[in-house]
Amino acid sequence: MPELWGLTAHEAGDLLRRRETSSHELTEASLARIGAVEPHIKAYTTVTDEVARKHAREADEAIARGEGSPLTGVPMQIKDLICTKGIRTTCGSRMLESFVPTYDATVTTRLYDQRIVLLGKGNMDEFAMGSSTENSAFFPVHNPWDLERVPGGSSGGGAAAVAARECFYALGSDTGGSIRQPAALCGVVGLKPTYGLVSRYGLVAFASSLDQIGPITRDVTDAALVLNCIAGHDPLDSTSIPRPVPDYARALQEGVKGLRLGIPAEYYGEGIDAGVKEVLEEAAKVLEGLGIHLEEVSLPSTRYALACYYIIAPSECSANLARYDGVKYGFSYQDTDDMWEAMEKTRQYGFGPEVKRRIMLGTYALSAGYYDAYYLKAQKVRTLIRQEFDEVFQRVDALVTPTSPSVAFRLGEKTADPVQMYLSDICTIPVNMAGLPGISLPCGFSEGMPVGMQLIGPHLSEETLLRVAYAYEQATPWHTKWPPL
Amino acid sequence: MPLSRDEVIHIATLCRLGLSEEDIEVFQEQLSNILEQFEVLQEVDTEDVEPTGHSVALHSVMRDDEPRPSSDKEDVLANAPRREGDSFRVKAVLEEHGA
Repeated sequence: MPELWGLTAHEAGDLLRRRETSSHELTEASLARIGAVEPHIKAYTTVTDEVARKHAREADEAIARGEGSPLTGVPMQIKDLICTKGIRTTCGSRMLESFVPTYDATVTTRLYDQRIVLLGKGNMDEFAMGSSTENSAFFPVHNPWDLERVPGGSSGGGAAAVAARECFYALGSDTGGSIRQPAALCGVVGLKPTYGLVSRYGLVAFASSLDQIGPITRDVTDAALVLNCIAGHDPLDSTSIPRPVPDYARALQEGVKGLRLGIPAEYYGEGIDAGVKEVLEEAAKVLEGLGIHLEEVSLPSTRYALACYYIIAPSECSANLARYDGVKYGFSYQDTDDMWEAMEKTRQYGFGPEVKRRIMLGTYALSAGYYDAYYLKAQKVRTLIRQEFDEVFQRVDALVTPTSPSVAFRLGEKTADPVQMYLSDICTIPVNMAGLPGISLPCGFSEGMPVGMQLIGPHLSEETLLRVAYAYEQATPWHTKWPPL
Repeated sequence: MPLSRDEVIHIATLCRLGLSEEDIEVFQEQLSNILEQFEVLQEVDTEDVEPTGHSVALHSVMRDDEPRPSSDKEDVLANAPRREGDSFRVKAVLEEHGA
């Protein structure tokens, strides 16, 4: 048997229920693992060891009473833009460096209700804006497969921590690929649920029509178990879908024979590395071997999704981040008597370059005279993107694409050119534009680095996506590969 | 069309963002490059296309107007950079005139 910290969440949970280990032991093993590898990875903004030990005691007591669920007592990490009462929630920003929420996000409450163990908060690109976690105001995260490379972003802390076995699973958030792209680059599983499936209450807002919380895990079974815990209607989020939630873990076993998957040509063309394409072609053969029917499909508006996204997301961000004015919470510049100067300096010193860039872009796109040409136009193109997905899902159950156009790139490689960095999300952005669910799972290696396969389905098709992902995972060895740390 | 220096300063004023001289130069170039990427949208025919603001068909959500406790006053003020009694303390908003 591997070390305790090397187990999946469901394996750890099984041991707990058989009383072959305790939450105390899992927690101490995880904290020791963090102590050993965190200096190289930097996946946490805050390690909450005292909270973790308290949670572990409570979980062990609950298990002793015969209570608990599959995740009870299993240690995990929460991305640092999801509110945790009494625990610093920084959003990877100087602006919120000492912000301590006075309430829990709904997902935090749901995890606590299952008596999970919180190990700490996940490092991230500032306010979730970025594709490499180099925009963290504190320190960049390093990819466990090659410390000279980025882990992807913005949930780079979560993906790197899961890959490095510094937690059993993590919660991330995904606005344009921020769960799936880092999961792909770190060789783990990342699920972005349908918009509205998971409550956003207590998630610090970036782009409200796109943001969604989801799990980052070591395998597909864990993704289903975490989704079971966090999905479901929440009256505190007006965009939350009022619908009963199925048992996603049960759906895994239902088989995939006869399913129809589409291969959209636009996701395999210009800008996608040859090595990534080769790995995906092999993966497609495995899917066919499972009795899945594959067919070529076309989504011609895909080429407009990136431009669309970089108008809509910054526009929403410029409105959402107007709240950081130095008055109610967060960093506050005091060295002046002038109200406007205080506000401008608060934002100048509190925000990093990428956040400023997007606030500027969004402000411009929404400003008088440009609104129709940029924001309204982008919303109309968004409609076309959504309609093309709707049409293609009349014919196929889901789509198979690369998650990222390349494997993990080197730290510093794309920081000087925002446009190059933005292209990292070219395969994931269309999914958010249409509010669809998408999952990334490991499907091989190129240049010695993990490659991710993305499955995209219609609204609320998580069961189908998880079924396909599970069948593929069981037929391949990729989820058992570990970074050489 | 590249952004002018004045436009960059105007945008920063609209969003109350202080910029250094260097910021202004860098943003002028970077934002112009990004805006150039947006030109591709002009080739899409969106005549008669409705805009999408929200990707999942949901209508306004109504709930019963039942009284319930609001946040605790101390919680609301807990992260205040400056506080006076039960208020957030801010810089003077109105200028004094004729004094």
